[in-house]
Amino acid sequence: MNVPDDLKYTRDHEWARVQGARVTVGITDFAQDQLGDVVYVELPEVGDVVKKGEAFGVVESTKAVSDLFAPVSGKVVEVNGPLVDAPETVNEDPYEEGWMIVVESTDAKDLAELLDAGAYKKFVEEEQE
Amino acid sequence: MAKRTPLYDVHVQSGARMVEFAGWDMPVQYSGVLDEHEGVRTRAGLFDVSHMGEVVFRGPKALEALNRVFTNDLGKVADGQAQYGCLCRENGGIVDDVVIYRRSAEDLLVCVNAGNRDKDFEWLRDHAGGAQVTNESDDWVQLALQGPRAQAILQPLTGTDLRALKTFRFTEADVAGIRCTIARTGYTGEDGFELFCRPADGVRLWKALVEAGRGQGLVPAGLGARDTLRLEVAYRLYGNDMDDATTPLEAGLGWVVKLDKGDFIGREAMLRQKQAGLSRKLVGFVLTDPGIARHGFDVLHDGKKVGVVASGTKSPTLKTSIGLAYVPPALAAEGSAISIDIRGRPASAQVVKTPFYVRSST
Repeated sequence: MNVPDDLKYTRDHEWARVQGARVTVGITDFAQDQLGDVVYVELPEVGDVVKKGEAFGVVESTKAVSDLFAPVSGKVVEVNGPLVDAPETVNEDPYEEGWMIVVESTDAKDLAELLDAGAYKKFVEEEQE
Repeated sequence: MAKRTPLYDVHVQSGARMVEFAGWDMPVQYSGVLDEHEGVRTRAGLFDVSHMGEVVFRGPKALEALNRVFTNDLGKVADGQAQYGCLCRENGGIVDDVVIYRRSAEDLLVCVNAGNRDKDFEWLRDHAGGAQVTNESDDWVQLALQGPRAQAILQPLTGTDLRALKTFRFTEADVAGIRCTIARTGYTGEDGFELFCRPADGVRLWKALVEAGRGQGLVPAGLGARDTLRLEVAYRLYGNDMDDATTPLEAGLGWVVKLDKGDFIGREAMLRQKQAGLSRKLVGFVLTDPGIARHGFDVLHDGKKVGVVASGTKSPTLKTSIGLAYVPPALAAEGSAISIDIRGRPASAQVVKTPFYVRSST
């Protein structure tokens, strides 16, 4: 299970790359592996407002449908458009090419509540048991 | 605890992800659903389908008794031939869809769906009609070898000439020294075989097939690929596409209902239904908007709910979003415009002819 140290995580298996107020969001390696082959991704539009903990999109594998939950609140400033036509990118490269949206975070408190890599790894291990 | 087939350890060792399906711990995927799907369409795949059940009718009354609970006509098939059809209730509701293997007029094997093993056995035993009915579900391992290279893989392992074994025919033969029933049947829309053997021989048979398929690109395949493969050819899945409250006519299985063969359970109800006209029909559709339709989603027309999605997926072969849905007869014609309610968003779809995929004849 690949859990990069420089990212933050949610208990819903999203990752967040925090660069100032800009937060790039995707799903973790563990999440893509659990889902299996991703065949469809539904993302918001630039300008949409997302709320921490609420669904901002959907990712579907051949069998399962999963909501995507926003790790932070804010405005969507970028969307990974090519993902819609190449959803398999989520499986192939979940932390780089498979990113989903960039949110301009409006509340610094949100960031403090995210898990670091160690805490996320522990959370996944506990969830597995 | 979920039941395990004799191949459970082999699956785990092969890296399968196991899930519970119909009370069974089954492999849903090995390398990945898309990879396995493509493997079966272009080369060959090997499935453990030992969770399927087997009920056997024996005795001088076997053929007659079974024909009375079966919608298709077993009188029309020869010994060594298999036939697809439904077991129905008096009201026409489908107890199960099954394949019946006619070994002789006095010995017929009914292959039933995993989730219906007990229900079917009880139903059949209650309608034994003087035949001896035994539940042999735990006495068989069933492997499905499917794909264009299935014959090339299987032939070196058996002395029987597979070219002579036509679709829906079966024979008894040794495969890698193991006594098997080899049937040219399947649930993928490709050429292929289903092999029945004794549970004690299951692992050996699996390994022999994997070994024989090594140079042919054979992949172990799980229930995930089995579902996408069957949906591309619009094969019905019991529990999704039909159930006890659906008749074969509604499910688009009128071609396996022989109303003129003589009396059978459900015949009267279906005759009446045919006269009165159907209120809903199972049709194929393709989404023209983004999204994937799933079982249970509403079908809309002019903004109103008119039906329900039975099965849906993104077709790995066609790359389009396909499905089966129950719609009123007025919307069942090819080309009809419908919408699917995908989590509150209406997505446009078009009724199309099935199957969605047809294998190229070689």
